[in-house]
Amino acid sequence: MLNINYTFHWNQAFQALPQMIDGALITLQIAVLSMIIGIAIGVPLALAKQSSIAPLRWFANVWIEVARNTPALFQVYMIYFGIPAVLQLVAGLFGIDFRALGINIFYLDSYWAVLVGIAFNNAGYLAETFRGGLRAVPATQTRAARSLGFGAFDAFRLIVLPQMFRAVFHPMTNQMVWAILMTSVGIFVGLNIDLTGVTQELNARTFRTFEFFALAAAIYYVIAKIVTGGARLIAWRLFRY
Amino acid sequence: MLGTSVTWGDITFMMTGAGLTLAITFWAMLGGTLLGIVFGLIRSHSPWYVNYPMGAVLDVLRSVPLLIQFILFNSFQSIAGWGMNPFVVGCVVLAAYTSAFCTEIVRGGIQAVPVTTRRAARSLGMNWAQDMAYIVLPLGTRVMLPSWIGLTLGVMKDTALVYAIGVIELLRSSQIIITRKPHEALLILAIAGLIYFIVSFPVSRLGAHLEKKWREND
Amino acid sequence: MIEIDNVRKSFDSFEVLKGVSMAVEKGEVVSVIGGSGSGKSTMLMCINGLEPINAGKITVDGTEVHAKGTDLNKLRRNIGIVFQQWNAFPHLTVLENTTLALRKVLGKSKAEADEIAKKQLNHVGLGDKLKVYPGKLSGGQQQRMAIARALAMEPKYMLFDEVTSALDPQLVGEVLDTMRLLAKEGMTMIVVTHEMGFAREVSNRVAFFKDGLIHEIGSPSQLFESPERPETAAFLQSVL
Repeated sequence: MLNINYTFHWNQAFQALPQMIDGALITLQIAVLSMIIGIAIGVPLALAKQSSIAPLRWFANVWIEVARNTPALFQVYMIYFGIPAVLQLVAGLFGIDFRALGINIFYLDSYWAVLVGIAFNNAGYLAETFRGGLRAVPATQTRAARSLGFGAFDAFRLIVLPQMFRAVFHPMTNQMVWAILMTSVGIFVGLNIDLTGVTQELNARTFRTFEFFALAAAIYYVIAKIVTGGARLIAWRLFRY
Repeated sequence: MLGTSVTWGDITFMMTGAGLTLAITFWAMLGGTLLGIVFGLIRSHSPWYVNYPMGAVLDVLRSVPLLIQFILFNSFQSIAGWGMNPFVVGCVVLAAYTSAFCTEIVRGGIQAVPVTTRRAARSLGMNWAQDMAYIVLPLGTRVMLPSWIGLTLGVMKDTALVYAIGVIELLRSSQIIITRKPHEALLILAIAGLIYFIVSFPVSRLGAHLEKKWREND
Repeated sequence: MIEIDNVRKSFDSFEVLKGVSMAVEKGEVVSVIGGSGSGKSTMLMCINGLEPINAGKITVDGTEVHAKGTDLNKLRRNIGIVFQQWNAFPHLTVLENTTLALRKVLGKSKAEADEIAKKQLNHVGLGDKLKVYPGKLSGGQQQRMAIARALAMEPKYMLFDEVTSALDPQLVGEVLDTMRLLAKEGMTMIVVTHEMGFAREVSNRVAFFKDGLIHEIGSPSQLFESPERPETAAFLQSVL
């Protein structure tokens, strides 16, 4: 069954390791930035979903449902193709025709498309995480804090928030790993500086697909393990109870 | 159509892609679930020296981008001269990937049944298989089914990545049309998004509904 | 002095308190007995303003609790409350649970707060559990910690809301002992309880609650031995 007429050239792949590590750093950069944006948007989105103002609720619902029910690649495409299209549409309303001006913008820069697309995805998933976190702290905790004379804000800050943080910490770690793995879809919008992109460029030059991508897989695995291991360490230090 | 340059031919092309998306999802879920049940049973009933290595291998599948798994396996099978077509490669890789998640779902379902309940079953004279069939399965299903539905939705979304090995599923077909008609990007993406949504929204609602219903009964 | 004057309180269309009046003097221990859902607990929540009221008036040392300008946070410092579900803060150690409000609400230094907290925790018999998280304590210990946490604020009044109802029977005694000690020291207390023996032994007066009203209030011997109202007699018969 296994009759391989192929010589593996691992050396070639290992020589490219520094380039691939540089790519991995870009991957991490995109993932970290997309998480920061995702958290910053996810919190208000979670609150908006519980809001009594209907349009706010609809907006949050649409965002969360699209983020959770469509492929991440679709969301990156929406940013990549969609934002320039919307820009042209808006410009068209003001009577500006980009094509007549000799400007052709059909795509957003791939780095930004991936970053914004994944941030969009993170925000949708994290909004649900935060909603769960809010529910994880019983109302009686607030009541107990208020009965000791804490004001509403202090009760939230000192009693509810720390407990909420514990409830969302693990799902947030998972989302971070997800974000790292998701960045690989950048290859479909021409991103060539992240780990997958760099690997693909090397592959295109050498046709050593298996060796290069196997090494890339190993690097992704190591990064994922460092993130989960680090998170476990932080959780162990932070949540002693 | 709608005064745009998107033709019925384009729509049909996308629908064909959507069909492939569903077909890959089906085979991947079938294979992944069967493997997941087997692996899950092994993991919950085996000593640590079987359990740990198995867990580690399955964990690799969850810690490497699926996209890269497609490319790797595709390149490996071509090196080995197996001559699989991209559709089959897609199904095989996605099934393996799915099995890693399904294993954890099955394990979680079995663990969710209290030991005391199972001991009670065994003390009534039930054997292992009867305990599994009449006690663990019905109780565990309540825990497993909502997660399994979530997994199905996840796998359907993940099929988008078989693009990497040249299968023209829904998203790839959309992208091809966009390349030809860049001015219609918004409309084409909206149609693609709508198709994903039409398939996954009812399923995700069903999952949420089941979860809620079963929680209320507890 | 706590004065409750003709207080009415509804949740949606359901009236829980239907005109409750009662006064508690300084140094008095008043037990409140009655069936579940009769409004006893709601009355306690109203006293420290955790629940708004629909009609009537509650004053604590002359301050009207539900008046517009009342600083509830300030008021609550004088009224300690302990709940049925002890409500320990799970992310803080026993010592931190007890010192948090001292430091953040009363603005005491860490050393000062620690000293007060240690004294109160010794008082309830938890002096050796300072660094332990509540999750590692028994229900009775958590409940005693909740009492110490409330006492550390040096309140003038203590409200107890069925504090032993959620405890295993063998843990009830230690919590009641702590409360007995407090009563002996002259703390003003309102105790909502199902422990008739405790109510009889410790209270100056006992109030019987039914369907949102106080049907009878009097000394323990009078209420337990020769109740005036048939409802009181029927209730006592059912629980004793």
